[in-house]
Amino acid sequence: MHRTGDLYGQFKTLEQQKDSASLGMWIFLVTEVMFFGGIMLAYTVNRHAYFHAFAMGSNTLDLPLGGFNTAVLIASSFTMAMAVWSAQTGKKKLLSLFLALTILLGFVFFGVKYIEYAQKFHHHLVPGKSFDISYCVNNPSKCEDLKPEELAVEREEIAQALAADPDLNSHAQLYYSAYFGMTGLHALHMVIGAGLLLWLLRQSFAGRFTPQWNTPVDLVGLYWHFVDIVWIYLFPLLYLIDRHK
Amino acid sequence: MAEHQHPEHIVHPGTYLAIIISLLILTGLTVYAAYVNLGKYNIVVALAIATLKATLVVLFFMHAKYSPRRTQLVIISGLFWLALLLFMTLSDYISRVDYRGAQFPLSQVTRHWIRQSS
Repeated sequence: MHRTGDLYGQFKTLEQQKDSASLGMWIFLVTEVMFFGGIMLAYTVNRHAYFHAFAMGSNTLDLPLGGFNTAVLIASSFTMAMAVWSAQTGKKKLLSLFLALTILLGFVFFGVKYIEYAQKFHHHLVPGKSFDISYCVNNPSKCEDLKPEELAVEREEIAQALAADPDLNSHAQLYYSAYFGMTGLHALHMVIGAGLLLWLLRQSFAGRFTPQWNTPVDLVGLYWHFVDIVWIYLFPLLYLIDRHK
Repeated sequence: MAEHQHPEHIVHPGTYLAIIISLLILTGLTVYAAYVNLGKYNIVVALAIATLKATLVVLFFMHAKYSPRRTQLVIISGLFWLALLLFMTLSDYISRVDYRGAQFPLSQVTRHWIRQSS
């Protein structure tokens, strides 16, 4: 990436130079669409084949936390869009502020995700030897964060799901593999995004970005919004299966 | 030459504010819709809302509405490749009678069709 804002020889205008950079970023994002698309395809095939287990797994996720994180990511996309606007209009202090806010919201997302992941480890819902979809129902004293009435509902749901799918426990692991795989890869993208934002923030403090040259802010913005879009799909796919019972 | 001389389009912050509010409302709507029993259409509604949200992000936050035509073409072609991936693979799975003992929604129809034709 050129870092000076000078016009390079192969371009006629700065405008054309910037359009080319953003075109390249979009081509990269198309490869990312195919990357996540393949994973979502695998999810779809398994969800169709083992719907009861997927619905059971989805109902053990913490919907308020997931919904809150969705709002956090949408807000971070807004602050990112405002950062790009600040760069385009030459508001250098606002640019640093909005970049910092975007990073902060990203870390709020990580914090909530940590709480959710830790809960799944405590509840024996991580695929592997100790995975047990009925663990909390059978050991209520070990799952103190779940209320007795919630556990009563879960007990009934598991009984129903077991009647429909005797192999519920192994199929629920497929759901949780999809959950950790998809949210994990999404979180990895966010870690990379947060790193890029910190890199932008350092340059922004140095006052490098001007209305004439702010290509890196623009391109990291495209990446950050893309990661937001992935979550926009992950949220209903993972958290909202068969919630209406 | 003339194509590249238009000044950069700057989206007004008011537009961004309208988009974030729409996105938050649509998030609430998708959670509400998940608690209404729509049978097999729950997933259709959930994906329709998600796609609407994604479209808003792409058009306004990512400036696709104001991008050059060739950038828009790349975005559309990306969606086309994704559609190919999903459509061709799922049309294979959906037309199988059984997949690991679990039946796909259309398998009843397929099974009937196979009986008819053999």
